[in-house]
Amino acid sequence: MKPQAFDYARPDNAAEAVALLADAGEDARILAGGQSLMAVLNLRLAQPSVLIDISRVPDLDYVRPDAGMLAIGAAATQGSVEWRAGLAAEVPLLAQAFPHISHFQIRNRGTVCGSIAHADPSAELPLCLLALGGQVVLRSRAGRRTVAADDFFQGMLMTARRPDELVEEVRYPLAEPGLRYAFEEFAGRHGDFALCAVAAVVRPDGIRLAVGGVSDRPRVKSWACLSRTDLDAAINDFAWELGARDDHHASAKFRRQLVRHMGRTAIDKAMS
Amino acid sequence: MKTYQKNDVVRIELVLNGQRRSGTCESRTLLSDFLRHELGATGTHVGCEHGVCGACTVRVDGVASRTCLSLAVQAEGRSIETVEGLNREQARGQEGLSDLQEAFRRNHALQCGFCTAGILMSSADYLARKPDPSEQEVREMLSGHLCRCTGYTNIVKAVMETAVARLGRPVGATPAADQPGHAGVEVGIGVEVEAAAQSKLVSA
Repeated sequence: MKPQAFDYARPDNAAEAVALLADAGEDARILAGGQSLMAVLNLRLAQPSVLIDISRVPDLDYVRPDAGMLAIGAAATQGSVEWRAGLAAEVPLLAQAFPHISHFQIRNRGTVCGSIAHADPSAELPLCLLALGGQVVLRSRAGRRTVAADDFFQGMLMTARRPDELVEEVRYPLAEPGLRYAFEEFAGRHGDFALCAVAAVVRPDGIRLAVGGVSDRPRVKSWACLSRTDLDAAINDFAWELGARDDHHASAKFRRQLVRHMGRTAIDKAMS
Repeated sequence: MKTYQKNDVVRIELVLNGQRRSGTCESRTLLSDFLRHELGATGTHVGCEHGVCGACTVRVDGVASRTCLSLAVQAEGRSIETVEGLNREQARGQEGLSDLQEAFRRNHALQCGFCTAGILMSSADYLARKPDPSEQEVREMLSGHLCRCTGYTNIVKAVMETAVARLGRPVGATPAADQPGHAGVEVGIGVEVEAAAQSKLVSA
């Protein structure tokens, strides 16, 4: 339960961090909050040659509204977003999701960008980013590019990030008037990995439903306004499209039932 | 930029419970091991070493976090508070325990005590930020800690009682007051008299 030896670097700014990342090659890992990575290192499931610690980089530690989005830098902890006064007005979906994200002690240190980069299929922050149609800003020595959440998550722990890129910023769209949001989660115990988590965004002209914990990545579906019966049928189709599998936590059938039930519950909650 | 090569033994300095301390470690040394083996602060316990049990929780610059998911080199220059320093600022009671520790003892909120140091450090941070939590919020905060002997009821009671006492309300506001010998031990008779006076005013 101790990590394999590695070289450690603590850059002073983001430019140094991406330069180090480019030089160190594919064996290097960015260490931000470390709340997933350190566990993986302790279990020796990963044995990187270099750790680049960005947890103290001042120009990556920010949370601020910017052009209709809440921009969150790579060193900003989940706690710094969660305890932000006014989060419920800025990004109501995040305010609802935070209590489900692991535990207080983990959120105190874990980062938002780290969770996005890790892309666990049951994680809440990627799910919310997808539901809201947010963006991921990737930075390498060559420059920056912005990727839509839809294109960023590609599979189990797989993203559009290239090995020399740092997830520099994540952008959650701010609440819009007329839109309603709801988050629901089912897990074995509070704070455990979600067996199923859903985020609903209800617009006057349609519904967007995102589901996590069932497929190999968070998935989202949009519908125009449907009758109650048609919506139930649509959610059922979505539940089957997710390709749920049996595992030692739950059966595929149970997961589909969770999608049907919680999808409906979240949409009703958002509408009420 | 700071860099440490693998297997290099380096000296790092931090502030432990208000005192400047230093010790040697490698880049891969966990903060939990550094505190215990290098600085001798064995009040912080190590359970699972992969972030599940919460026993190793300390406050880093005031914020409760797991030391098994942190490197010693990351704590360089930071202020670390462990259970050994919990009564530093507010020692009271016969054994110099903090009010939170007293509440744990009073409510039998520990049995073997292995998980307790971590729970105390989490609770200290949480109550500092959220002085008036609901029981549900306290349970959510405690969900990051595993206790396998006492169960959580008395831990919740102790944390709630501390919160209530710090707000200057009578201990009777918590369920603990329903048990003989519990009411008023910590906050003193004065508060109870005050509460009685208030209730008289209300009834009048």
